[in-house]
Amino acid sequence: MIAFVTSLGQTTLRAFAALGHAAYFSVDLARYTPSSLRRFGLVVDQIYAIGYRSLTIILASGFAVGCVLALQMYYALVPFGAAESLGLVVNLSLVRELGPVVTALLFAGRAGTALTAEIGLMKAGEQLSAMELMAVDPRSRVLAPRFLAGIVSMPILAILYSAIGILGAWLIAVQLIGVDPANFWSIMQSKVDITRDVGNGIVKSFVFGVICTGVALYQGYETQATPEGVAYATTRTVVFSSLAVLAMDFILTAMMFSTS
Amino acid sequence: MAKKSTETLVGVFVLLGIIALAFLALKAANLASFSAAKTYTVRARFDNIGGLKKNAPVRSAGVSVGQVTSITLDKNTYQGLVIMKINEGVQFPVDSSAKILTAGLLGDQYVGIEPGSDDKNLANGDVIKQTQSAVVLENLIGQLIFNKAADAGTAAPAPAPGPSLAPAPAASAAVSESKK
Repeated sequence: MIAFVTSLGQTTLRAFAALGHAAYFSVDLARYTPSSLRRFGLVVDQIYAIGYRSLTIILASGFAVGCVLALQMYYALVPFGAAESLGLVVNLSLVRELGPVVTALLFAGRAGTALTAEIGLMKAGEQLSAMELMAVDPRSRVLAPRFLAGIVSMPILAILYSAIGILGAWLIAVQLIGVDPANFWSIMQSKVDITRDVGNGIVKSFVFGVICTGVALYQGYETQATPEGVAYATTRTVVFSSLAVLAMDFILTAMMFSTS
Repeated sequence: MAKKSTETLVGVFVLLGIIALAFLALKAANLASFSAAKTYTVRARFDNIGGLKKNAPVRSAGVSVGQVTSITLDKNTYQGLVIMKINEGVQFPVDSSAKILTAGLLGDQYVGIEPGSDDKNLANGDVIKQTQSAVVLENLIGQLIFNKAADAGTAAPAPAPGPSLAPAPAASAAVSESKK
């Protein structure tokens, strides 16, 4: 009985300690990020690694999702004689939800894991300690540029995802099925609001960028400096950032679209 | 050199993002409707605006010529006061009429303007006097039942089963007629 109580206490304390640790880490990250603007070359390199090289997977996935949504929605809408609303349905679901969320999930898998593994191996190779010995703060030299690059890349990727998805839907609906192209675009234009829908989607992807990059950097920076530790940290990056993104998406959606 | 090409590729990445955003804003959202094209405002009072919403299109002969900017209740006449802006290039005679129409069976409602024949054109702030309200399904059904009852009333002396069934096909035809 006493052993159980002790283990319960230990678990609780450890959970709170980890929470506090993560909070301190976030504050540090926020504090050091502006300083990375002085080393903008590093940020550019990271945008290349995180953003540009994620383009293939983002564009391919966005295109496929747009095509599939168009195909499925067509069968759902035709009985109501509303096939022209196809573009609107695809547009709203991509811009509001799928664009930011799926981009964030792919980003966690494609870029987040790379960040965690890279920093984890830096730690395992004691490169971070070496930097500290040279009076270079690894938080501002290694973490901050990556964080900034992640925040910049995510909204761009999400916008591209939505845009290519809509193009995919257009290809299927207008070119393949034969929906009237003028109605396809005009219904979209009359119903999609630039601030409420597109703007909120960008805000979402910005928040997801902070979450995904932050989680990846934290897991990498705090990993145990062993091969198993890095492997474990990489797994946790994907799981934690995906769960955090999904939970945050629900909260953001409830806040943004509850009144409309 | 390698540094240069990285910067170029990042530039390409950001440029793609900007192009995609422009595409979303102009082609797939309503930014184009905020265009600086000059408009003038006209008002119309409807007995019932049905499901008309702000930003609904104003059409003439099916062509979009403007937008509804506000919908309020006129406190004096208890009618719906619809204010719309119409593109400066499109002029309507003062005796034009406005109707609230529906696009498709389940589609959205919009204001349709039918031009009159007067020499004078509507100016900024003018009121369109002839209006036709939105078709409310409940009223339509109410009318149908009333007509059916009236038919049954005239045919009442005849034997019960036959005439009471007889108006049914006519009634359903009336529904499909009014839907169009």
